[in-house]
Amino acid sequence: MLKKTIPHIYALGDQAITIEWSTTISKEVNNQVMHSFQFLRLNPIEGITDMIPAYSSLTLIYNPSIIRKQAMGGSPFEWLKQKLARLAEAPTEITEKTEPLIVPVCYDLSLAPDLIEATQLTGCTIEEIIALHTNEIYTVYMLGFIPGFAYMASVNKKIQMPRKANPRKSVAAGSVGIAGEQTGIYPLDAPGGWQLIGQTPLKIFDITEEEPCLFKPGNRVKFEAISLEQFHQFNAA
Amino acid sequence: MSITIIKAGLFTTVQDAGRKGFQHLGINPSGAMDALAMQIANVLIQNKSDEAVIEFFYPAPTIHFNTAAFIALSGADFGATINDIPVPTNHPIFVPENAVLSFTKKISGHIAYLAIQGGLELNEWMNSYSTNTRAGAGGIEGRILIKGDQLYLKAAATQENKESPLQVLPWMADTKGLYQTQSLRYLPGNEFGLLNMVSQQFMTNAQFTLNADSDRMGYRLKGPELKCKKTIELISSGVTNGTIQLLPNGQCIVLLADHQTTGGYPRIGHIIQSDIPTLVQQSPGSTIRLIPVNMETAEKINNRHSQYLQQLKNACTLQLNAYHRH
Repeated sequence: MLKKTIPHIYALGDQAITIEWSTTISKEVNNQVMHSFQFLRLNPIEGITDMIPAYSSLTLIYNPSIIRKQAMGGSPFEWLKQKLARLAEAPTEITEKTEPLIVPVCYDLSLAPDLIEATQLTGCTIEEIIALHTNEIYTVYMLGFIPGFAYMASVNKKIQMPRKANPRKSVAAGSVGIAGEQTGIYPLDAPGGWQLIGQTPLKIFDITEEEPCLFKPGNRVKFEAISLEQFHQFNAA
Repeated sequence: MSITIIKAGLFTTVQDAGRKGFQHLGINPSGAMDALAMQIANVLIQNKSDEAVIEFFYPAPTIHFNTAAFIALSGADFGATINDIPVPTNHPIFVPENAVLSFTKKISGHIAYLAIQGGLELNEWMNSYSTNTRAGAGGIEGRILIKGDQLYLKAAATQENKESPLQVLPWMADTKGLYQTQSLRYLPGNEFGLLNMVSQQFMTNAQFTLNADSDRMGYRLKGPELKCKKTIELISSGVTNGTIQLLPNGQCIVLLADHQTTGGYPRIGHIIQSDIPTLVQQSPGSTIRLIPVNMETAEKINNRHSQYLQQLKNACTLQLNAYHRH
């Protein structure tokens, strides 16, 4: 059990409300976010149409007409705020650790346009970067930016690097990048400024699947280095 | 039982009330920019109010009706004609077989909607027909409509409609009370207090110009450079339709239907939901005035709009029933 944190609950316009536990990134805070997110998935409030868990906050989108009925004609925002305050202050059970998702990544230079620059930025060799990147078990703190993009942390301090000063107009789907203490994979071809150190052959986002996104909030992820040959075999299979 | 796109138009897509319930996966909601116009077009012809419609900008598409149909146009007025005969917005219209719907000039508004009775026969993606061009999903193959696209209709026009010549039914949905003619209203956001005093003062009665690089993701507001008291790195968190973000260059963007689900820029305010239809109907170059309101006022306006819209729905149903009995 973690200690109670009194969260800040504020309006995000007149159809959304945010519970913010902290303004810093930490595993403990994100556990509280995930706990409330999972609780509301299992015990939905009628009229809440969407939830956006983030590093240290949970945003709920709501239909004010439906909430107003539950509030007996009173303010939908005030009603929700009170209800969420009780929920958000509840102590958090430490969730059971699940086996991490294994994600194969090819760190071959042909698929890692920033790997050489990364050695200069970090002072680590390519082998050290790969070892440090694959050694960690990361947590999916949130998804955002584009469909299926998972923000994972925390990257080992030795290989943390800033975003590129000039973002690329297009980053290939599957590219694995680092930005500060975060690592992530581009689910689609998209513009992007993260330092690209490899590529996964896995489809991170696939509209033909019933569950189109590989990652979900709260997932644990471990990267596994594969050769260029294995990368191409994966695509051929 | 279909329609064919003869000319594509600038950015013509299939949209409905948007994709709900998947924002935790980063899947943005999409949906009609002017959800009000979408609903009005639908209720005029007794569709479900969130039935999928065709959304378009100017230059608008040209559409061939391979079958007789019962339709309504709402939102912007682009000088619609059917077989070269002018037809109005916000009226139910019987369209004969082999008719051509085209648009002649931008008269008012920025985004128009075409609803067809029975709706479009399409595959849903994640519980919605809305086109998400970023994901390449929803609508027709997840893309804007192009010349030659054929869209099938779920239901055929009834026998009596089939025989009907072009006919504009005599009642209209009066939408005037739902669009704002004066300043748009916003709720100050969580980061409003980060603005310095001059910028806060400006926002008490702000005037911007709508930038040309505005699209379904967001409308960019051109104005004086707004400044924060100090630079603060914010952690990414949820954003929503109507959120006014302050960009690093001191300019603002209002997030709209195709917005990202999260963001890390200061959220200095949020356009109240009732005023979003008015905002999206402004064209680049227009003056946008913003004034702050509190939650109580925003909720009151919202409640009033919901009631007005419900009355409008009831009135349309009554008129159409009376017409059928007649």
